[in-house]
Amino acid sequence: MRANYGYKDGSGEYFITIDTDKCNGCGDCVPACPYGVLGVGEDPYDPFHEEPVAFVTEAQRKKIRYTCASCKPYLTSLAGVQTEVSLREMKNLPCVAACKPGAITHSW
Amino acid sequence: MAEKKEYWRWLETRWTNPDIDLDGKEGKIITAGCDVGSVSSQAVVMVDGKLYAYSNMRTGSDSPDSAMRAMNWALEDTGLAIDDVRYSIGTGYGRVNVPFAQRTITEIACHARGANFMYGPTVKTVLDMGGQDCKAIHCDERGKVLTFLMNDKCAAGTGRGMEVFADLMGVSINEIGELSFDIDEEPPPVTSTCVIFAKSEATGMLKKGVPKNKVIAAYCSAMAHRIYTLLERIGVEKDFAITGGIAKNVGVTRRLFAELGLESLTSKYDTQIAGAIGAALFAKALVEREAKK
Ligand code: SF4
Ligand code: SF4
Repeated sequence: MRANYGYKDGSGEYFITIDTDKCNGCGDCVPACPYGVLGVGEDPYDPFHEEPVAFVTEAQRKKIRYTCASCKPYLTSLAGVQTEVSLREMKNLPCVAACKPGAITHSW
Repeated sequence: MAEKKEYWRWLETRWTNPDIDLDGKEGKIITAGCDVGSVSSQAVVMVDGKLYAYSNMRTGSDSPDSAMRAMNWALEDTGLAIDDVRYSIGTGYGRVNVPFAQRTITEIACHARGANFMYGPTVKTVLDMGGQDCKAIHCDERGKVLTFLMNDKCAAGTGRGMEVFADLMGVSINEIGELSFDIDEEPPPVTSTCVIFAKSEATGMLKKGVPKNKVIAAYCSAMAHRIYTLLERIGVEKDFAITGGIAKNVGVTRRLFAELGLESLTSKYDTQIAGAIGAALFAKALVEREAKK
């Protein structure tokens, strides 16, 4: 499942996508994120999924534009669009870099 | 003094399946789902995975109480009592406040499962327009979630926003959809995406002498467009189903279909009960899983 956490508002689109088919629940992304955006636990969207998966914590879902801006020094980080720079830099985000199976992507 | 008219008040519904006979209910798996949302609460009772009874009513100020009231109304005159229910699941915004539920499941999972039951296994895209959020879901033929997206940042595209707007216009929420087509030409949508601003924009239009139905049309079309842009992100695959209260508002849905170039399936049941149906179905699956252990 592709779980899109975040929102779209007047300024752009801010989504962190967790591919729960790739995620193995290892939890490496949780301490890697300096701002507590990610958590690992029971799959909230599939009650029959036995293994734990990563998700974006409830408290962060409506503000990742600002929280993640600290990890995204490029100019478009508050514009909510995917650019060549944001795509190239994505692999260097602490959360993405920590995830060996490559389950985490960002839309901006 | 004349009582103030409650324009926002939508129709509460309840239904019992006349084709299910509960004589000899022993051996039957009776499960329930209760969806407590910010605006409405639904209770669904299923017998062996078949829809037996449901209710849909307004959520009061107290969630546990709303859950109980919805459940009691669904059970009314059925001859069943809450103790006959083997397993209950709470879902929705107030899911942790369902006193009789054994566990909770998120509304995304429940809506996909419920839409699969209500609209059939061909449904691939489910749009739920609820009281205070909007969810777009892709699911497989068993109603399992493949992709989802939820927008709950702002109330503009939601049932609550529509209630506030009905009150402002002094038009019953049940008639808004039809009235929005009683116009000479389609106006441009209101530009504000925020309820507060959209409200003041609409008030401004009325003051300028724009006919009321046209203001309503402008609001409905803004809402349809907002939902359209949300759907764009995950894409819409046929078959398409809309659940939730706004599914009943043709002013929004028809404009959305026009933008999508696609219509949605219809159901003979109340579009607001999808989440509770999904919960009751999960309850049955959990009972069966327990039995196998
Ligand atoms: S970009 Fe930074 S703040 Fe955002 S989830 Fe990744 S590590 Fe956390
Ligand atoms: S690091 Fe990747 S695989 Fe591990 S829990 Fe986080 S998202 Fe899942």
